[in-house]
This record gives sequence, C-alpha cells and structure tokens, in this order.
Amino acid sequence: MTKKIVIDPVTRIEGHAKISIYLNDAGEVDDARFHVVEYRGFEKFCEGRPFTEMAGITARICGICPVSHLLASAKTGDKILAVTIPPAADKLRRLMNLGQITQSHALSFFHLSSPDWLLGWDSDPAKRNVFGLIAADPDLARAGIRLRQFGQTVIELLGAKKIHAAWAVPGGVRSPLSPEGVAWIRDHLPESRATVKMALESFKKLMGSLTTEIDKFGHFSSLFMGLVGKNGEWEHYGGQIRFTDSEGNIVADGLREDDYQDYLGEAVEKWSYLKFPYYKPLGYPDGIYRVGPLARVNICSNFGTPEADKELQEFRARAGGVANSSFFYHYARLIEILAALERIEQLIDDPDISSQRVRANAGINQLEGIGVSEAPRGTLFHHYQVDENGVIQKVNLIIATGQNNLAMNKTVAQIAKHYIQGTEITEGMLNRVEAGIRAFDPCLSCSTHAAGQMPLHVQLVGSDGSILSEVYRN
Amino acid sequence: MSVKTLTINNTPVAAEEGKTILEAAKEAGIHIPTLCFLEGVSTVAACRMCLVEIEGINKLLPACVTQVTEAIVVHTNTPKLQEYRRMVIELLFAEGNHVCSICVANGNCELQNLAIEVGMDHTRFPYRFPKRSVDVSHPQFGIDRNRCILCTRCVRVCGEIEGAHVWDVAQRGADAYIVSGLSQPWSEVEACTSCGKCVDACPTGAIFRKGTTTAEKQRDRAKLQFLVDAREKHEWTR
Ligand code: SF4
Ligand code: SF4
Ligand code: FES
Repeated sequence: MTKKIVIDPVTRIEGHAKISIYLNDAGEVDDARFHVVEYRGFEKFCEGRPFTEMAGITARICGICPVSHLLASAKTGDKILAVTIPPAADKLRRLMNLGQITQSHALSFFHLSSPDWLLGWDSDPAKRNVFGLIAADPDLARAGIRLRQFGQTVIELLGAKKIHAAWAVPGGVRSPLSPEGVAWIRDHLPESRATVKMALESFKKLMGSLTTEIDKFGHFSSLFMGLVGKNGEWEHYGGQIRFTDSEGNIVADGLREDDYQDYLGEAVEKWSYLKFPYYKPLGYPDGIYRVGPLARVNICSNFGTPEADKELQEFRARAGGVANSSFFYHYARLIEILAALERIEQLIDDPDISSQRVRANAGINQLEGIGVSEAPRGTLFHHYQVDENGVIQKVNLIIATGQNNLAMNKTVAQIAKHYIQGTEITEGMLNRVEAGIRAFDPCLSCSTHAAGQMPLHVQLVGSDGSILSEVYRN
Repeated sequence: MSVKTLTINNTPVAAEEGKTILEAAKEAGIHIPTLCFLEGVSTVAACRMCLVEIEGINKLLPACVTQVTEAIVVHTNTPKLQEYRRMVIELLFAEGNHVCSICVANGNCELQNLAIEVGMDHTRFPYRFPKRSVDVSHPQFGIDRNRCILCTRCVRVCGEIEGAHVWDVAQRGADAYIVSGLSQPWSEVEACTSCGKCVDACPTGAIFRKGTTTAEKQRDRAKLQFLVDAREKHEWTR
C-alpha cells in the first residue's frame, strides 16, 4: 500500500505551498512533489489596462520584491515606447535593484534560513525562527535586521518612501537620488559590509559541519541560467542570457530576452499552479535549469569588484568548480550581497545619479515588448502585447520561482529519500525537506508570512485516500 | 441686495440673498464636505456629500444648491449627517472599481480624501465589480470609467468653460456612464480641443494624462478658476 505525507503549508517561505511525500509499501520514499496551491491570475486581470500601469500592478504581485517586477515592467515599457532610457535612469534603476538584492537576500539568509543551521534542524519549531535567533545570537540577528533595513532604505530613498509606487516607469525613472540620499548610503555602507563579511566568515566555518546537507540538499546536475554582462561578468539588470552546465561549460550565450520563446518552454502539470519552464533544446523535463543566486554565481566569469571576486574564488574552490548543491544558494546569496554593496559604492560616486534627465517620453511605437531583469530569486521576464493605444492585450510573466520549479521538486525528492526512512516521521525530517525548498527562497505570492507563525499540517494518506495519521504543528 | 441672517453650527452668519448655504458657510470658515461641486461651473447636487440639517425641515438638504433664508438654523456635522456622508462614500466605492494602490490619483484624490475625512475603513455594501471600459485613444489623455463617480464635473467644465461639450452622460441609474461625443472613442470626437480641463476637474483618477503611473496625477485647479475670473471679472493675469 502506498502512503502519502503532506506538508501543508510549507513554512518560512513567501506564500503558500504544500509538499506531498509518497511512500511505497516498504515505507521508503518513492517520490515527492512541491505543489503551489495558490492561483492568482495576475496575467489575466492585467488585460484591458493601459500598459503604463503595469509597473504599478505587477509590483503588487509581491510584497517582498516589488522592485523586481517594477524593473522588469519598466524595461518592457521601454520597449513599447521604443526608447533608450537616459544613462542616469539606467544607473538609478540599477541602484534600486542592488538595494533590493541586499534586502531580499538578507531576509532569506538571516531571518528565514539561518535558524535551521544556527539553532539546529531538530530544535523546537516554536523557537526555530527569527525570534529564537534573536534570543540565541542577538548580535547576528540584529546585524541581519539592520542589513535588510539598509537595502530597504536604499529603495525608499529612490522611490520616495513609497515601496509600491511606480518609481521606475516606461522611459526611465521619476526622480534622481538626492544628495542627502547619497550621503546616507555612504554613511551606512561600512556597517553593512561588515555584516556580510561577518556572516560569510561564520557560514564558512559552519560549512564543515554541514557536509550532509551540502551533499543531500538538492545536489544534482542541471543547467544554470541568468544574465551576464558584456564580458561575462555578474549582472543583475542588463546584459544577455547565458546557460552553463553542471561542469561549467557555456551551453548558450548572448541570448536575447526577445527570443525567450525560442529557448524556454513552459510545461504545465495538473497538480501545481506553477508552470514548469525548461530549456527547449533539451526538452522536458531534461531541460531542467536553476536560476537565482546560485545560477548567477555559477555562470559569471567574475564579479568585477575586488572583494566579491576574492569570495568567488574561494566559493569555487570549496564547491570544486561549479556548485551543484542547492545548499550553496545560501553561500551565493551572501557573496551577492557583498557584490551589491560594492556596486552601490561605485554608483553613488557617479555624478549621473543626481542628474535631472531621468525620463524619456514617447508614444506607443511597438505593439509588443519583452523585458528581463534579475530578481533576487532569479531571472524575471515580462512580456506584453498592446493595441495601438497601449491597452494590454496579453501578458506573460516568467518568474524565478517557476524556473526553479523542476529543481525544487528534485531537491525535495532527494532530501525525502535520504532523511525519511521507515514509518516514523519526525518533525526535524520534515523541516529538512522544507529547508530544501527554502534554499531556493521561493516567492510564491505577494504576502509576507511572519517567520514560524504558519502552522504545519502533515498527513499520512493511504492509497485508498484514507488518512492514516495526522500531525499538527502550531 | 438684502442680507439674510442665519445660524450655522451655533454661529451667527450673515449672507447676501441668493447665496447658498455652502457659500455662506465657507465665508464663515465652516467646512462642509463636497464632491460634485466645482467652483466656476454650475451646480448639480448629484453626490449628496454636502447634505445639511435645517431645524424644522424634515429632510436633509444639499448645501451647494440650497439658498440661505432668514433665520434658519443649520447644522453641518451631526451624527446623522456623519452617518449619511459615510454611507455616500461607501456606496461610491462599492459601485465602481477603485483599486487605489495602482491608481494614478492615489494620494491626490478627492474621493479618497473624503473617505479618510468621513472615517470610512471599509464598505458595508457588497462590491458590484461592474464591467466598465477604458478609453486611451486620445493622444494625450485617457478615461478609465472604473474610477468614475459620475459627478459630471468633466461634462460641465468642458461644456461651460471650454465650450466644447465633448462629455455627456449616457444611460440611466446604475448603467449610467460618461461618454465622449456620440459615444465615440475620444480620439474621434472632433469637438475636443485637447485643453485638458477635464483632467484638472476630475476629482478622481478617472480622467488622466496618458503615461502617468501610480500616484502621479496632478491637477491645475487654479487654471479653472483663472478662466472663470477672466471671463466674469475680466482679470487676465494669473
Ligand atoms: S479614483 Fe480615488 S478612490 Fe478611486 S481608485 Fe483612484 S485613488 Fe482610489
Ligand atoms: S470622469 Fe471624472 S469628472 Fe467626469 S464624471 Fe467621472 S469622476 Fe466626474
Ligand atoms: S457637493 Fe452638493 S451635492 Fe455634491
């Protein structure tokens, strides 16, 4: 008789999802699935709206990373206007994205994931969250919170204190950074850098004791995809798409977002609302690829900033070249924060950042536009079709979490197979399965769920549909 | 012209005959919330925000069109009026499709301001979610009927100040909506001079400048007043 274990909802991720673990007769894990059970229909209800509103609408998809949608949407809008935006606007948008990467990665690393390895996988779930972390290691927790605040303030200084306001608009941005803003950022950079370095040092020390996790948390071959700059350097906003394989070979390079339908396919499975994108030339599901921090760090030739490049060398040495373990997402996230801070430092010294020429005006010059940007979680595509008046006819959004869908399923299955044996299922085992998902920092919806506050419901379901046992975690 | 004396909220007020209670209150520094009222154009008393209580009269009267009479005792802010005003705003929100968070007028919207003023934190009426159209065919402006509250300010400002009479109200009751020309796309209405006065007059985000995004709408109300003064008082400077 087959049994099914359901983890619903998955905690400490953004949104609502559920994991089912299927056991065979011997009580061994047969397969595991990561379901996204929410359906939000954003693409549908954008239809009929003026395309200029898209930045504002799509920014609402997510309360954690509105900036990512804002930027992808603005870039798509640029295409519809058929303009090249002023150089200052380009730099300002970059600055905002770097602030976003910093705050989002800090949230994922410090608040959502570090309780697992700092407090212990099997520790009391009621305390295994950011509050427990504050109690156990107040300095680290506080530094993490302040680092996130730094990133958020960078965004606020640009977006005039309105996180959701459509500051990035088709054609550029609404306003430059004020001299006070520059001064604030300059003052607070050193502390933020010190925090990342401290986190990097302690994470590296911890890694020695996490060899099983590194080995079992989604350690497999796949492609990696992301944007890289002209010379293959790390990118987060511009550049072109690159695919590399698990050995670090470049599979495809210089791909344009406009052609995404040529190289990306989107499969649909009836048990999840999330689509399954794959690399078309390899087909489905062999075209599995990962996006996000791990992918970006794997595909780039270098960061182009001294400290991040030093860390990159060490990262590659520790991973043995290409990091194929999804556990390295956490490590990659820290290095990306460092790189973001270094780039922020360069940008605020650029005189363009306070230029008043930040917005190009134009009418509807193209009826279709595709924009791409790197969200903290990975590559984000927006694709709009409009009529001659700029009213949206069709929208397609390819989000990072979707692109990691295949990899997340594989990760869950791998962890479940390793940690769940026999019929006794401990909370700690289930937490590891969830942690595998958390490594990807999936963002399933628009809502922030406070850490540790979501109840966990586990069901053991027999093949006839009867519930054999049930565990609640409140 | 004779002068009438009356009491508004226990304050004795004197006003010329023919003035409205709204004007008299304004001169006395007493605030009465309004929505469809717009200085410089005719009054229609469509929204019922400005309702006041007059002692001895058994129904509520709109201050924007009710003229002052001798010795009346007016109350502008009784619990009953507060409740009615709140209900008016709630009904307006339930009637259209107001998604403030992505609206061009967010933070600069008279409907939103009134919602705050009357303390509306939710609406007690079920939302209608009507299907309404968006017309962005005009090269400079757009109208999103989802946000229209049928105050007819655009109709009046266009007809009475600009003299173009592009706008009108079509249908009746719950089906009523604002049309341009003979229910044509705005871009096809030759009468439109693209002056933009309707953008300045519209209290919500229903009529807007194209290309503006969330919370970006600005209005030049002083322009409307200037035009009225220029015409009526021959004041040609602003
Ligand atoms: S018009 Fe005013 S009330 Fe309506 S959605 Fe816009 S801001 Fe909100
Ligand atoms: S479009 Fe604006 S001004 Fe015209 S009736 Fe509607 S809300 Fe009033
Ligand atoms: S302002 Fe008097 S009824 Fe609208």
